[in-house]
Amino acid sequence: MIQVRNLTRYYGEFAALQEVSFDLKVGEIVGLLGLNGAGKSTTLKVLAGLLAPSLGTVTIDGKDLHQNPDVRAKIGYLPEDPPLYTEMTVTAFLRHIGRLKGMSGDRIEARLPEVIRLCDLGGREHQVIETLSHGYRKRVGIAQAIIHDPALVILDEPISGLDPAQIVEMRKVVRGLGQKHALIVSSHILSEVSATCDRILVIGRGRLVAEGTEAELTAHGTGGARLRLTVRGDGARFEAWLKAHRHVSAVSLFPAVAAGLVTCEVTLPADTREELLGEVVAAGFGLRLVEQASDELEQIFLGLTRQTNR
Amino acid sequence: MNALNIARRDLASYLYGYSAWLIIAALLLCNGLFFHAFALGSDKALLSHEVLHDFLYLTWGFSVATAVLLTMRSLADEYALGTEVLLRTSIVSDGQIVVGKWLAAMGMVTLYTALTAHMPLLIYVHGKVSPAHVLVGYLGVLLGGGVAASVGVFCSALFRNQLAAGIIGGIVAIYMSVMAWIIGANLDPPFSEIVSYTALFNEHFVPFLEGRVATGAVVYHLSVTALFLFLSTQILHGRRWE
Repeated sequence: MIQVRNLTRYYGEFAALQEVSFDLKVGEIVGLLGLNGAGKSTTLKVLAGLLAPSLGTVTIDGKDLHQNPDVRAKIGYLPEDPPLYTEMTVTAFLRHIGRLKGMSGDRIEARLPEVIRLCDLGGREHQVIETLSHGYRKRVGIAQAIIHDPALVILDEPISGLDPAQIVEMRKVVRGLGQKHALIVSSHILSEVSATCDRILVIGRGRLVAEGTEAELTAHGTGGARLRLTVRGDGARFEAWLKAHRHVSAVSLFPAVAAGLVTCEVTLPADTREELLGEVVAAGFGLRLVEQASDELEQIFLGLTRQTNR
Repeated sequence: MNALNIARRDLASYLYGYSAWLIIAALLLCNGLFFHAFALGSDKALLSHEVLHDFLYLTWGFSVATAVLLTMRSLADEYALGTEVLLRTSIVSDGQIVVGKWLAAMGMVTLYTALTAHMPLLIYVHGKVSPAHVLVGYLGVLLGGGVAASVGVFCSALFRNQLAAGIIGGIVAIYMSVMAWIIGANLDPPFSEIVSYTALFNEHFVPFLEGRVATGAVVYHLSVTALFLFLSTQILHGRRWE
């Protein structure tokens, strides 16, 4: 269990972080969301042991990170630009990092194949890092962060600079890691956080302004939800049915995506999604797809950060 | 052990890169030319120990230069490439990082001095010098290189830019080699004694030149080395609080 309590960090007079507290547990992927300069990177650097906090503590399994440097062996950190010794081969680099993390030679050799598999680096083990593409360098960066099987893995903007195919691959890698480690992933790309994280921490002006699952933040931010429903049936009838529904405050009809299918976006003043969806099915509409409106998280995020900036 | 891991990687980086070899080759060439011009090419006949004296004098200077030029990138390069993150988030202490960097540089300084071995060998074959005198002279050269390497690591920790680290390291090395000697000679007591005491070459290398292992000189070299390594550690530690 990772506990962060009242974390405060000053740069001179400027408070980059103020009394930030949260918990993380193994098997959980937490997204750290914030605008540029909100304090995300400072939070991650303090969590990684790179910066000392001005006040507050980070404890892993009850041990204070900044009082016990050995605790750093339980943390893996990937900054936005992967730090790599580019003249080394992938495996030579990972062996070196393993030794720096206090692993024995036998343990490194036993762990290497799993890390290569998790980061999908098969076939690149003996390649010099300098000759790898940006996407593969990111993977090597993740591999160095997990070679010692840490309890906490910190990934700062892991998809930045990747192309769409690499982003899909990276999401797979991140989700895979989340099964065995406590993972904290920073991003300013909301859809990314939404796609990979179990829980979201929103940080604004150095303070934690909200914390919860996407659904909890949605409910907290708007008091309700916006959904996009695709059903099989008559579009005009479905729209009229929704407009008349007691839980729905606004409806917009979207162009048909395929013959016989119709999509409507609905706004719910309260979080009554389960009741609505049950009644859609009961009313005889063939429910094919339910999506959260794509700009939902953006709206909540902007709302929360606006409140902080006031 | 952690310091050795860092030293091993840095040493491999020096050996597999070309810049360290360029520095060593250029300085070896200068060392050889100066040895030929001043020690062997003197107008007057010199005794073997006088030639060895000149050789050690030159090799000391070029070893110090090697140490400063190699170490100017040691930590500054890590900052520039962002790889200091790998060291500072590992279980390696700041002191072990500094010692590892210094050991790697000392490996290269030792390599440099080893590559000069043909010159005293020439004196030994064609003249009459004691092998112990050569070895003691080399010990002094390595101790001087050790001080210079610690100054280089310190400057590299202090400045994130390796050029700035090299320039300041060079100034400190020139001060310890020549300036302290000249300044000390032109001051009145007690300042002259204080400044002269910091003159690494004139005050503390001379016993080795003469083939003597002076305990005071050894302790001085080791103390100055330890001081600069300690200061480098403090700089790294301070960076966590910046």
